[in-house]
Amino acid sequence: MVSKNSMRLEFLGCAQNESFARVVISAFAVQLGPTIEEITDVKTAVSEAVTNAIVHGYEGTQGMVVLSACVEDEHVLSVTIEDAGKGIADVEKAMEPFYTTQPEMERSGMGFSVMQTFMDTLEVTSVPGEGTRVRMTKRFGADA
Amino acid sequence: MLKHRKQGDALVVCLEGELDHHCAQIVRQEMDRLIEEERPQRLIVDMQGVSFMDSSGIGVLIGRYRTLSRCGGRMAVCNMSPHVERIFQLSGLQRIIEKVR
Ligand SMILES: Nc1ncnc2c1ncn2[C@@H]1O[C@H](COP(=O)(O)OP(=O)(O)O)[C@@H](O)[C@H]1O
Ligand SMILES: [Mg+2]
Repeated sequence: MVSKNSMRLEFLGCAQNESFARVVISAFAVQLGPTIEEITDVKTAVSEAVTNAIVHGYEGTQGMVVLSACVEDEHVLSVTIEDAGKGIADVEKAMEPFYTTQPEMERSGMGFSVMQTFMDTLEVTSVPGEGTRVRMTKRFGADA
Repeated sequence: MLKHRKQGDALVVCLEGELDHHCAQIVRQEMDRLIEEERPQRLIVDMQGVSFMDSSGIGVLIGRYRTLSRCGGRMAVCNMSPHVERIFQLSGLQRIIEKVR
């Protein structure tokens, strides 16, 4: 059996690396022949998850963030963003639109809603004190 | 430095590049400085040059909307790309921030 193409990248959780993560996921996703809109959707969702790892997971203390992606089949991409930060006590609550624990930082609380809207599936697993893992998939060519 | 111009009683501020969490910090500072200096009745945010935006951009827009509302000013946006507009709509911003051309 031919193994599925995949990638895994670890980078420092500093704000400059938000755009770096977007460039990396776009470059990896190209092999699925996505439209510009589909690439933008994936970039936006990854940007949200990476930003969350940086601002909430590590709260600016700059731990390492892991971005991995896998071509599940010729049309489906999966992406995972992991941090070893503070974790989320109540994931369901955190995922509600407009819920944010950092209103004073002008966070909008729309990060998870953006991920949900722009991807097909979203799974969040988190252990307080250990970290957070966000796994998302997207099927390309769905509206074709 | 953000490009800006006066248009009647409005201050037009042109945003450029990628409006993510990293860039939001500087954009926020520059916009607040301009608002402080110009004290506009109306602020129009021109999104033409914005090539990427995530929910951090929504935070920036809501924050400036609040600042302006406190001094009785109004805010509008123009030239959103379809991508930017989707995030704008998703956050319900069309209910509080007017879209102009
Ligand atoms: N990686 C993470 N680590 C810890 N907390 C997180 C993480 N991601 C999200 N959260 C929590 O979930 C909340 C909602 O996230 P989100 O929808 O992206 O909104 P925002 O980032 O604007 O606060 C955050 O305010 C935070 O409390
Ligand atoms: Mg967020």
